[in-house]
Amino acid sequence: MNTKTHIDQSLIKTDEMVLNMGPQHPSTHGVLRLKIHTDGEIVRKIEPIIGYLHRCFEKHCENLGYEQIVPFTDRCDYIASMHMNHGYALALERLMGIELPPRVEYIRVIVGELQRIASHLVALGTFGLDIGAITPFTWMIRDRERVLDLFEYLCGARLLYNYIWVGGVSHDLPEKFIRRTKEFLDYFTPQIDEFDQLLTFNKIFIERTADVGILPPDVAVNYGVTGPSLRGSGVNWDLRKNDSYSVYPDLEFDIPVGTGQMGSVGDCWDRYYVRMLEIRESIRIINQALKAIPAGDVHAAIPKKVRPPKGSVYSRFETARGELGYYIISDGKNIPVRLKMRSPAFCNLSVISEIAEGWMISDIIAILGSLDIVLGEIDR
Amino acid sequence: MEFSQIKKVLDIRCSGLFEAEIDRHTIRVLPENWLTVAKVLKADADLTFDSLMCLSGFDLGDSDMLGIACHFYSMDKGHMLEVIIETPKKNPTIPSIANIWRTADWHEREVYDLYGIIFEGHPDLKRILLPDDWEGHPLRKDYVQAETYHGITIKKDKTYWE
Repeated sequence: MNTKTHIDQSLIKTDEMVLNMGPQHPSTHGVLRLKIHTDGEIVRKIEPIIGYLHRCFEKHCENLGYEQIVPFTDRCDYIASMHMNHGYALALERLMGIELPPRVEYIRVIVGELQRIASHLVALGTFGLDIGAITPFTWMIRDRERVLDLFEYLCGARLLYNYIWVGGVSHDLPEKFIRRTKEFLDYFTPQIDEFDQLLTFNKIFIERTADVGILPPDVAVNYGVTGPSLRGSGVNWDLRKNDSYSVYPDLEFDIPVGTGQMGSVGDCWDRYYVRMLEIRESIRIINQALKAIPAGDVHAAIPKKVRPPKGSVYSRFETARGELGYYIISDGKNIPVRLKMRSPAFCNLSVISEIAEGWMISDIIAILGSLDIVLGEIDR
Repeated sequence: MEFSQIKKVLDIRCSGLFEAEIDRHTIRVLPENWLTVAKVLKADADLTFDSLMCLSGFDLGDSDMLGIACHFYSMDKGHMLEVIIETPKKNPTIPSIANIWRTADWHEREVYDLYGIIFEGHPDLKRILLPDDWEGHPLRKDYVQAETYHGITIKKDKTYWE
Protein backbone atom coordinates (compact mmCIF):
# COMPACT_ATOMS: atom_id res chain seq x y z
CA MET A 1 0.00 0.00 0.00
CA ASN A 2 1.31 3.33 -0.90
CA THR A 3 1.47 5.48 2.23
CA LYS A 4 2.71 8.49 0.40
CA THR A 5 0.15 11.25 0.25
CA HIS A 6 -0.26 13.07 -2.95
CA ILE A 7 -1.15 16.67 -2.39
CA ASP A 8 -1.26 19.05 -5.24
CA GLN A 9 0.54 22.06 -3.75
CA SER A 10 -1.18 24.42 -6.11
CA LEU A 11 -4.55 23.59 -4.56
CA ILE A 12 -3.55 24.72 -1.06
CA LYS A 13 -4.68 28.24 -0.51
CA THR A 14 -2.13 30.47 1.16
CA ASP A 15 -4.14 33.64 1.58
CA GLU A 16 -4.03 35.82 4.65
CA MET A 17 -6.54 34.77 7.24
CA VAL A 18 -8.52 37.31 9.19
CA LEU A 19 -8.88 36.37 12.82
CA ASN A 20 -11.32 38.12 15.09
CA MET A 21 -10.32 38.72 18.71
CA GLY A 22 -12.91 40.20 21.03
CA PRO A 23 -14.96 42.18 21.85
CA GLN A 24 -15.64 39.53 24.49
CA HIS A 25 -12.18 38.21 25.19
CA PRO A 26 -10.49 37.92 28.59
CA SER A 27 -7.22 39.51 27.54
CA THR A 28 -8.59 42.54 25.76
CA HIS A 29 -9.15 44.33 29.08
CA GLY A 30 -12.70 45.31 28.38
CA VAL A 31 -14.53 45.42 25.11
CA LEU A 32 -11.90 45.83 22.46
CA ARG A 33 -12.09 44.05 19.14
CA LEU A 34 -8.98 43.31 17.14
CA LYS A 35 -9.17 42.26 13.52
CA ILE A 36 -5.95 40.38 13.02
CA HIS A 37 -4.67 39.61 9.52
CA THR A 38 -2.49 36.55 9.90
CA ASP A 39 -0.10 34.63 7.70
CA GLY A 40 0.01 31.29 9.53
CA GLU A 41 0.98 32.26 13.07
CA ILE A 42 2.53 35.55 11.99
CA VAL A 43 0.58 38.76 12.34
CA ARG A 44 0.64 40.97 9.27
CA LYS A 45 -1.75 43.70 10.27
CA ILE A 46 -4.01 44.62 13.16
CA GLU A 47 -7.09 46.78 12.98
CA PRO A 48 -8.35 47.74 16.42
CA ILE A 49 -12.08 48.40 16.43
CA ILE A 50 -13.22 50.50 19.35
CA GLY A 51 -16.36 52.28 20.46
CA TYR A 52 -18.16 49.46 22.27
CA LEU A 53 -18.05 51.44 25.51
CA HIS A 54 -18.86 54.85 24.02
CA ARG A 55 -21.03 56.71 26.51
CA CYS A 56 -21.19 60.17 24.85
CA PHE A 57 -19.04 61.79 27.54
CA GLU A 58 -18.31 64.90 25.48
CA LYS A 59 -21.92 65.33 24.40
CA HIS A 60 -23.13 65.01 27.99
CA CYS A 61 -20.60 67.62 29.11
CA GLU A 62 -22.18 70.21 26.82
CA ASN A 63 -25.40 69.91 28.83
CA LEU A 64 -23.98 69.81 32.36
CA GLY A 65 -22.64 72.37 34.80
CA TYR A 66 -18.89 72.28 35.38
CA GLU A 67 -19.28 70.80 38.89
CA GLN A 68 -21.55 68.05 37.59
CA ILE A 69 -18.91 66.86 35.14
CA VAL A 70 -16.52 65.67 37.88
CA PRO A 71 -18.36 62.35 38.49
CA PHE A 72 -18.44 61.76 34.73
CA THR A 73 -14.64 62.04 34.52
CA ASP A 74 -14.46 59.30 37.18
CA ARG A 75 -16.22 56.91 34.91
CA CYS A 76 -13.86 57.44 32.00
CA ASP A 77 -10.81 55.80 33.52
CA TYR A 78 -12.31 53.72 36.29
CA ILE A 79 -8.96 52.21 37.27
CA ALA A 80 -7.41 55.61 38.07
CA SER A 81 -10.36 57.90 38.79
CA MET A 82 -8.42 60.26 41.06
CA HIS A 83 -6.18 61.23 38.16
CA MET A 84 -9.17 61.98 35.95
CA ASN A 85 -10.67 64.21 38.67
CA HIS A 86 -7.37 65.96 39.27
CA GLY A 87 -6.68 66.60 35.58
CA TYR A 88 -10.13 68.10 35.14
CA ALA A 89 -9.88 70.28 38.24
CA LEU A 90 -6.43 71.45 37.13
CA ALA A 91 -7.72 72.53 33.71
CA LEU A 92 -10.52 74.61 35.20
CA GLU A 93 -8.28 76.09 37.88
CA ARG A 94 -5.88 77.22 35.15
CA LEU A 95 -8.75 78.73 33.18
CA MET A 96 -10.20 80.52 36.20
CA GLY A 97 -6.87 81.41 37.82
CA ILE A 98 -7.59 79.80 41.19
CA GLU A 99 -4.77 79.64 43.75
CA LEU A 100 -5.03 76.58 45.97
CA PRO A 101 -4.15 76.23 49.66
CA PRO A 102 -0.96 74.14 50.05
CA ARG A 103 -2.81 71.50 52.06
CA VAL A 104 -5.08 70.76 49.09
CA GLU A 105 -2.09 70.36 46.79
CA TYR A 106 -0.43 67.93 49.18
CA ILE A 107 -3.61 65.90 49.64
CA ARG A 108 -3.99 65.69 45.87
CA VAL A 109 -0.42 64.49 45.46
CA ILE A 110 -0.82 61.85 48.19
CA VAL A 111 -4.06 60.42 46.80
CA GLY A 112 -2.73 60.73 43.24
CA GLU A 113 0.33 58.66 44.00
CA LEU A 114 -1.67 56.10 45.96
CA GLN A 115 -3.89 55.87 42.91
CA ARG A 116 -0.86 55.42 40.69
CA ILE A 117 0.25 52.47 42.84
CA ALA A 118 -3.24 50.93 42.68
CA SER A 119 -3.49 51.43 38.93
CA HIS A 120 -0.03 50.04 38.20
CA LEU A 121 -0.77 47.00 40.37
CA VAL A 122 -3.78 46.22 38.20
CA ALA A 123 -1.74 46.82 35.06
CA LEU A 124 1.10 44.54 36.14
CA GLY A 125 -1.16 41.90 37.62
CA THR A 126 -3.37 41.57 34.55
CA PHE A 127 -0.31 41.65 32.31
CA GLY A 128 0.99 38.61 34.17
CA LEU A 129 -2.43 37.00 34.05
CA ASP A 130 -2.69 37.49 30.29
CA ILE A 131 0.44 35.49 29.65
CA GLY A 132 -0.31 32.80 32.19
CA ALA A 133 1.05 33.92 35.58
CA ILE A 134 -1.93 33.66 37.89
CA THR A 135 -0.39 34.00 41.36
CA PRO A 136 1.10 37.51 40.94
CA PHE A 137 -2.34 38.78 39.93
CA THR A 138 -3.92 37.62 43.17
CA TRP A 139 -1.07 39.10 45.22
CA MET A 140 -1.25 42.44 43.46
CA ILE A 141 -5.01 42.69 43.66
CA ARG A 142 -4.75 41.88 47.38
CA ASP A 143 -2.46 44.90 47.90
CA ARG A 144 -4.48 47.14 45.62
CA GLU A 145 -7.42 46.32 47.85
CA ARG A 146 -5.58 47.97 50.74
CA VAL A 147 -5.25 51.18 48.73
CA LEU A 148 -8.94 51.02 47.93
CA ASP A 149 -9.65 50.58 51.66
CA LEU A 150 -7.71 53.78 52.28
CA PHE A 151 -9.78 55.59 49.66
CA GLU A 152 -12.96 54.22 51.13
CA TYR A 153 -11.90 55.59 54.50
CA LEU A 154 -11.08 58.91 52.81
CA CYS A 155 -14.21 59.58 50.80
CA GLY A 156 -16.55 56.63 51.08
CA ALA A 157 -16.05 55.27 47.59
CA ARG A 158 -13.77 52.51 46.42
CA LEU A 159 -13.52 53.18 42.69
CA LEU A 160 -15.45 56.27 41.59
CA TYR A 161 -14.46 58.92 44.07
CA ASN A 162 -15.73 62.35 42.96
CA TYR A 163 -13.13 63.50 45.50
CA ILE A 164 -11.09 66.22 43.80
CA TRP A 165 -13.29 69.22 43.08
CA VAL A 166 -12.57 72.45 41.27
CA GLY A 167 -10.73 74.56 43.84
CA GLY A 168 -10.28 71.89 46.50
CA VAL A 169 -11.24 68.41 47.62
CA SER A 170 -14.57 67.18 48.93
CA HIS A 171 -13.41 66.16 52.45
CA ASP A 172 -10.35 66.88 54.52
CA LEU A 173 -8.21 63.86 55.44
CA PRO A 174 -9.84 61.78 58.18
CA GLU A 175 -8.09 61.75 61.54
CA LYS A 176 -6.14 58.51 61.17
CA PHE A 177 -5.57 58.67 57.42
CA ILE A 178 -1.90 59.66 57.64
CA ARG A 179 -1.15 56.94 60.19
CA ARG A 180 -2.99 54.32 58.13
CA THR A 181 -1.19 55.36 54.96
CA LYS A 182 2.16 55.04 56.72
CA GLU A 183 1.18 51.59 57.96
CA PHE A 184 0.22 50.62 54.44
CA LEU A 185 3.54 51.81 53.02
CA ASP A 186 5.49 49.95 55.73
CA TYR A 187 3.61 46.81 54.81
CA PHE A 188 3.74 47.35 51.07
CA THR A 189 7.37 48.28 50.43
CA PRO A 190 8.77 44.78 51.12
CA GLN A 191 5.99 43.29 48.98
CA ILE A 192 7.50 44.88 45.86
CA ASP A 193 10.64 42.78 46.29
CA GLU A 194 8.43 39.72 46.42
CA PHE A 195 6.68 40.76 43.20
CA ASP A 196 10.11 41.13 41.63
CA GLN A 197 11.11 37.64 42.70
CA LEU A 198 7.82 36.13 41.68
CA LEU A 199 7.25 37.79 38.33
CA THR A 200 9.74 40.44 37.19
CA PHE A 201 12.83 38.25 37.13
CA ASN A 202 10.99 35.02 36.46
CA LYS A 203 12.67 33.17 33.61
CA ILE A 204 9.43 32.23 31.88
CA PHE A 205 8.08 35.77 32.14
CA ILE A 206 11.28 37.21 30.68
CA GLU A 207 11.20 34.71 27.83
CA ARG A 208 7.67 35.78 26.98
CA THR A 209 8.23 39.55 27.18
CA ALA A 210 11.87 40.48 26.57
CA ASP A 211 12.67 41.41 22.96
CA VAL A 212 8.97 41.24 22.09
CA GLY A 213 6.98 44.15 20.67
CA ILE A 214 9.78 46.67 20.47
CA LEU A 215 8.54 50.25 20.26
CA PRO A 216 11.21 52.65 18.94
CA PRO A 217 11.20 56.09 20.61
CA ASP A 218 10.61 58.13 17.44
CA VAL A 219 7.61 55.99 16.49
CA ALA A 220 6.25 56.35 20.02
CA VAL A 221 6.48 60.15 19.91
CA ASN A 222 4.97 60.32 16.43
CA TYR A 223 1.98 58.23 17.54
CA GLY A 224 1.49 60.33 20.65
CA VAL A 225 2.31 57.48 23.02
CA THR A 226 2.86 58.82 26.54
CA GLY A 227 3.28 57.65 30.09
CA PRO A 228 5.07 54.44 31.09
CA SER A 229 4.73 53.07 27.56
CA LEU A 230 6.80 55.98 26.23
CA ARG A 231 9.30 55.84 29.09
CA GLY A 232 9.74 52.12 28.42
CA SER A 233 11.22 53.16 25.07
CA GLY A 234 13.91 55.11 26.90
CA VAL A 235 12.42 58.60 26.56
CA ASN A 236 12.77 60.56 29.77
CA TRP A 237 9.42 62.27 29.65
CA ASP A 238 7.07 62.81 32.54
CA LEU A 239 4.73 65.77 32.88
CA ARG A 240 5.28 65.79 36.63
CA LYS A 241 8.81 66.97 35.81
CA ASN A 242 8.59 68.40 32.29
CA ASP A 243 5.43 70.48 32.66
CA SER A 244 5.12 70.43 36.39
CA TYR A 245 1.98 71.17 38.35
CA SER A 246 0.79 71.01 41.96
CA VAL A 247 3.68 70.58 44.43
CA TYR A 248 5.71 68.14 42.35
CA PRO A 249 8.58 70.65 41.86
CA ASP A 250 9.17 70.58 45.65
CA LEU A 251 9.34 66.80 45.85
CA GLU A 252 12.29 64.60 45.03
CA PHE A 253 11.76 61.68 42.72
CA ASP A 254 13.31 60.05 39.66
CA ILE A 255 11.79 59.17 36.32
CA PRO A 256 12.53 55.52 35.54
CA VAL A 257 13.11 54.77 31.86
CA GLY A 258 13.55 51.56 29.92
CA THR A 259 17.17 50.47 29.51
CA GLY A 260 16.84 47.20 27.64
CA GLN A 261 18.05 45.30 30.70
CA MET A 262 16.64 41.96 29.54
CA GLY A 263 16.48 42.51 25.79
CA SER A 264 16.14 45.64 23.71
CA VAL A 265 15.03 49.10 24.76
CA GLY A 266 11.29 49.48 24.35
CA ASP A 267 10.26 45.84 24.58
CA CYS A 268 7.35 44.56 26.65
CA TRP A 269 9.56 43.78 29.61
CA ASP A 270 10.84 47.37 29.73
CA ARG A 271 7.31 48.75 29.72
CA TYR A 272 6.48 46.37 32.54
CA TYR A 273 9.57 47.19 34.59
CA VAL A 274 9.13 50.97 34.25
CA ARG A 275 5.79 50.59 36.01
CA MET A 276 7.35 48.50 38.74
CA LEU A 277 9.99 51.16 39.35
CA GLU A 278 7.36 53.90 39.28
CA ILE A 279 5.60 52.23 42.17
CA ARG A 280 8.79 52.64 44.20
CA GLU A 281 9.05 56.30 43.19
CA SER A 282 5.41 56.86 44.16
CA ILE A 283 6.19 55.50 47.63
CA ARG A 284 9.06 57.99 47.89
CA ILE A 285 6.77 60.84 46.89
CA ILE A 286 4.05 59.85 49.37
CA ASN A 287 6.56 59.58 52.21
CA GLN A 288 7.85 63.10 51.53
CA ALA A 289 4.36 64.52 51.13
CA LEU A 290 3.14 62.94 54.37
CA LYS A 291 5.99 64.64 56.23
CA ALA A 292 5.51 68.03 54.59
CA ILE A 293 1.72 68.31 54.62
CA PRO A 294 0.67 71.62 56.24
CA ALA A 295 -2.56 72.41 58.06
CA GLY A 296 -5.28 74.45 56.36
CA ASP A 297 -8.85 74.60 55.16
CA VAL A 298 -9.45 72.39 52.13
CA HIS A 299 -12.63 74.23 51.18
CA ALA A 300 -11.13 77.71 51.26
CA ALA A 301 -10.63 78.09 47.51
CA ILE A 302 -13.74 76.29 46.25
CA PRO A 303 -15.68 78.83 44.19
CA LYS A 304 -19.40 79.33 44.90
CA LYS A 305 -20.15 79.11 41.20
CA VAL A 306 -17.81 77.62 38.64
CA ARG A 307 -18.05 80.14 35.84
CA PRO A 308 -14.80 80.39 33.93
CA PRO A 309 -14.19 83.55 31.89
CA LYS A 310 -14.62 83.50 28.12
CA GLY A 311 -11.72 81.69 26.54
CA SER A 312 -10.14 78.30 26.13
CA VAL A 313 -7.51 76.19 27.81
CA TYR A 314 -5.56 73.05 26.99
CA SER A 315 -4.25 71.53 30.16
CA ARG A 316 -2.42 68.25 30.58
CA PHE A 317 -1.81 65.90 33.42
CA GLU A 318 0.27 62.77 33.96
CA THR A 319 -2.05 59.90 34.77
CA ALA A 320 -0.99 56.31 35.37
CA ARG A 321 -1.39 55.74 31.63
CA GLY A 322 0.10 58.92 30.22
CA GLU A 323 -0.83 62.40 29.18
CA LEU A 324 -4.43 63.28 29.93
CA GLY A 325 -5.45 66.52 28.26
CA TYR A 326 -8.57 68.59 28.66
CA TYR A 327 -9.42 71.16 26.03
CA ILE A 328 -12.18 73.39 27.34
CA ILE A 329 -13.87 76.24 25.47
CA SER A 330 -15.92 78.50 27.70
CA ASP A 331 -18.28 81.30 26.72
CA GLY A 332 -18.62 82.60 30.28
CA LYS A 333 -21.69 80.54 31.18
CA ASN A 334 -21.88 77.70 33.69
CA ILE A 335 -21.75 74.95 31.06
CA PRO A 336 -18.90 74.39 28.63
CA VAL A 337 -19.29 75.05 24.91
CA ARG A 338 -16.84 72.27 24.19
CA LEU A 339 -14.99 69.85 26.39
CA LYS A 340 -12.56 67.47 24.78
CA MET A 341 -10.70 64.82 26.66
CA ARG A 342 -7.43 63.75 25.15
CA SER A 343 -7.25 60.25 26.46
CA PRO A 344 -3.81 58.69 26.95
CA ALA A 345 -4.83 55.10 26.25
CA PHE A 346 -6.51 56.16 22.99
CA CYS A 347 -3.15 57.19 21.55
CA ASN A 348 -1.28 54.31 23.21
CA LEU A 349 -3.62 51.78 21.62
CA SER A 350 -3.31 53.31 18.15
CA VAL A 351 0.37 52.30 18.03
CA ILE A 352 -0.44 48.57 18.32
CA SER A 353 -0.85 48.13 14.57
CA GLU A 354 2.68 49.46 14.16
CA ILE A 355 4.48 47.37 16.80
CA ALA A 356 2.56 44.11 16.50
CA GLU A 357 3.43 43.59 12.85
CA GLY A 358 5.54 40.49 12.30
CA TRP A 359 5.01 38.94 15.75
CA MET A 360 3.15 35.77 16.62
CA ILE A 361 -0.47 35.80 17.73
CA SER A 362 0.52 34.83 21.26
CA ASP A 363 2.81 37.87 21.40
CA ILE A 364 -0.12 40.16 20.64
CA ILE A 365 -1.49 39.31 24.07
CA ALA A 366 1.81 40.32 25.67
CA ILE A 367 2.01 43.55 23.65
CA LEU A 368 -1.56 44.53 24.44
CA GLY A 369 -1.04 43.77 28.13
CA SER A 370 2.12 45.86 28.26
CA LEU A 371 0.35 48.90 26.80
CA ASP A 372 -2.07 48.93 29.76
CA ILE A 373 -5.26 50.20 28.18
CA VAL A 374 -8.56 51.04 29.82
CA LEU A 375 -11.43 50.96 27.36
CA GLY A 376 -13.52 53.34 29.41
CA GLU A 377 -11.30 56.27 28.55
CA ILE A 378 -10.57 55.15 24.99
CA ASP A 379 -14.25 55.11 24.05
CA ARG A 380 -15.38 57.83 26.49
CA MET B 1 10.87 79.54 22.56
CA GLU B 2 8.32 82.17 23.36
CA PHE B 3 5.31 82.64 21.14
CA SER B 4 6.74 85.86 19.66
CA GLN B 5 9.85 83.99 18.52
CA ILE B 6 7.78 81.15 17.04
CA LYS B 7 5.78 83.77 15.17
CA LYS B 8 8.99 85.33 13.85
CA VAL B 9 10.19 81.98 12.46
CA LEU B 10 6.77 81.36 10.87
CA ASP B 11 6.74 84.88 9.40
CA ILE B 12 9.90 84.02 7.50
CA ARG B 13 9.05 80.44 6.51
CA CYS B 14 5.38 80.84 5.57
CA SER B 15 4.49 84.52 5.48
CA GLY B 16 0.92 85.38 4.69
CA LEU B 17 -0.31 81.83 5.24
CA PHE B 18 -1.51 82.37 8.81
CA GLU B 19 -2.93 84.92 11.21
CA ALA B 20 -1.55 85.19 14.72
CA GLU B 21 -3.58 85.93 17.82
CA ILE B 22 -0.82 87.09 20.10
CA ASP B 23 -2.76 87.27 23.38
CA ARG B 24 -4.02 83.68 23.03
CA HIS B 25 -0.75 82.26 21.65
CA THR B 26 -2.67 80.88 18.72
CA ILE B 27 -2.31 80.92 14.98
CA ARG B 28 -5.22 80.64 12.58
CA VAL B 29 -4.72 78.93 9.25
CA LEU B 30 -7.05 78.55 6.29
CA PRO B 31 -7.65 74.94 5.17
CA GLU B 32 -5.93 75.47 1.81
CA ASN B 33 -2.71 76.61 3.54
CA TRP B 34 -2.80 74.06 6.33
CA LEU B 35 -0.64 71.33 4.78
CA THR B 36 2.14 73.78 3.89
CA VAL B 37 2.19 75.25 7.40
CA ALA B 38 2.03 71.81 9.00
CA LYS B 39 5.07 70.60 7.09
CA VAL B 40 7.02 73.66 8.23
CA LEU B 41 5.97 73.09 11.85
CA LYS B 42 7.32 69.57 11.77
CA ALA B 43 10.45 70.04 9.67
CA ASP B 44 11.82 73.45 10.63
CA ALA B 45 14.96 73.05 12.73
CA ASP B 46 13.99 75.90 15.09
CA LEU B 47 10.41 74.73 15.62
CA THR B 48 10.57 70.87 15.50
CA PHE B 49 7.03 70.29 16.70
CA ASP B 50 7.47 66.54 16.89
CA SER B 51 4.46 65.83 19.06
CA LEU B 52 0.82 66.49 18.28
CA MET B 53 -0.75 66.41 21.72
CA CYS B 54 -4.37 66.81 20.82
CA LEU B 55 -6.59 67.43 17.84
CA SER B 56 -10.12 68.40 18.73
CA GLY B 57 -13.04 69.51 16.64
CA PHE B 58 -15.39 72.22 17.79
CA ASP B 59 -18.65 73.86 16.81
CA LEU B 60 -19.20 77.12 18.66
CA GLY B 61 -22.78 77.31 17.44
CA ASP B 62 -22.69 81.07 16.80
CA SER B 63 -21.56 80.95 13.18
CA ASP B 64 -21.81 78.67 10.18
CA MET B 65 -18.28 77.40 10.70
CA LEU B 66 -16.82 74.21 12.15
CA GLY B 67 -13.25 74.02 13.27
CA ILE B 68 -10.41 71.98 14.64
CA ALA B 69 -7.85 73.00 17.24
CA CYS B 70 -4.45 71.30 17.12
CA HIS B 71 -2.08 71.49 20.08
CA PHE B 72 1.54 70.93 19.22
CA TYR B 73 4.48 70.44 21.49
CA SER B 74 8.17 70.22 20.83
CA MET B 75 9.82 67.66 23.07
CA ASP B 76 13.30 69.00 22.22
CA LYS B 77 12.66 72.70 22.66
CA GLY B 78 9.82 72.57 25.16
CA HIS B 79 7.45 75.02 23.49
CA MET B 80 3.85 74.62 22.47
CA LEU B 81 1.52 76.10 19.88
CA GLU B 82 -2.19 76.10 19.24
CA VAL B 83 -3.38 76.09 15.65
CA ILE B 84 -7.00 76.70 14.71
CA ILE B 85 -8.42 75.84 11.31
CA GLU B 86 -11.99 76.75 10.47
CA THR B 87 -14.08 75.47 7.61
CA PRO B 88 -17.66 76.22 6.49
CA LYS B 89 -20.39 73.92 7.79
CA LYS B 90 -21.87 73.41 4.33
CA ASN B 91 -18.86 71.64 2.87
CA PRO B 92 -16.38 71.04 5.68
CA THR B 93 -13.05 69.86 4.31
CA ILE B 94 -9.58 70.15 5.80
CA PRO B 95 -6.43 68.45 4.49
CA SER B 96 -5.30 65.54 6.64
CA ILE B 97 -2.03 65.61 8.57
CA ALA B 98 -2.19 61.91 9.48
CA ASN B 99 0.86 61.18 7.37
CA ILE B 100 2.94 63.79 9.21
CA TRP B 101 1.86 63.03 12.79
CA ARG B 102 0.41 59.55 13.21
CA THR B 103 -1.47 60.77 16.31
CA ALA B 104 -3.75 62.62 13.91
CA ASP B 105 -4.93 59.36 12.31
CA TRP B 106 -7.38 58.35 15.02
CA HIS B 107 -8.07 61.90 16.16
CA GLU B 108 -9.15 62.94 12.67
CA ARG B 109 -11.37 59.89 12.45
CA GLU B 110 -12.94 60.94 15.73
CA VAL B 111 -13.54 64.49 14.48
CA TYR B 112 -15.03 63.10 11.28
CA ASP B 113 -17.25 60.82 13.32
CA LEU B 114 -18.57 63.46 15.68
CA TYR B 115 -18.47 66.62 13.51
CA GLY B 116 -18.52 65.36 9.94
CA ILE B 117 -15.42 67.23 8.82
CA ILE B 118 -13.87 65.47 5.80
CA PHE B 119 -10.10 65.13 6.04
CA GLU B 120 -8.71 65.01 2.52
CA GLY B 121 -5.93 62.50 2.05
CA HIS B 122 -6.60 60.57 5.24
CA PRO B 123 -5.52 56.91 4.82
CA ASP B 124 -8.71 55.38 6.23
CA LEU B 125 -11.41 57.91 7.04
CA LYS B 126 -14.33 56.13 8.70
CA ARG B 127 -16.27 56.32 11.94
CA ILE B 128 -14.37 55.29 15.03
CA LEU B 129 -16.54 55.68 18.14
CA LEU B 130 -20.03 55.35 16.68
CA PRO B 131 -21.36 52.43 14.61
CA ASP B 132 -20.71 52.65 10.87
CA ASP B 133 -24.39 53.07 10.05
CA TRP B 134 -25.06 55.92 12.47
CA GLU B 135 -26.74 58.93 10.91
CA GLY B 136 -25.56 62.45 11.56
CA HIS B 137 -22.71 63.89 13.57
CA PRO B 138 -23.76 64.24 17.23
CA LEU B 139 -21.42 66.95 18.48
CA ARG B 140 -22.70 69.51 15.99
CA LYS B 141 -24.87 72.05 17.77
CA ASP B 142 -27.68 71.59 15.22
CA TYR B 143 -27.73 67.80 15.58
CA VAL B 144 -31.20 66.36 15.92
CA GLN B 145 -31.44 63.06 17.72
CA ALA B 146 -33.07 60.30 15.70
CA GLU B 147 -36.15 58.58 17.12
CA THR B 148 -34.93 55.03 16.77
CA TYR B 149 -31.81 53.09 15.88
CA HIS B 150 -32.43 49.61 14.44
CA GLY B 151 -35.83 49.59 16.09
CA ILE B 152 -34.46 50.61 19.51
CA THR B 153 -35.93 53.80 20.96
CA ILE B 154 -33.18 56.35 21.53
CA LYS B 155 -35.09 59.07 23.35
CA LYS B 156 -35.33 58.46 27.05
CA ASP B 157 -38.76 57.14 27.96
CA LYS B 158 -39.69 59.11 31.05
CA THR B 159 -43.35 58.02 31.29
CA TYR B 160 -42.78 55.90 34.38
CA TRP B 161 -40.81 58.23 36.60
CA GLU B 162 -41.74 61.78 35.69
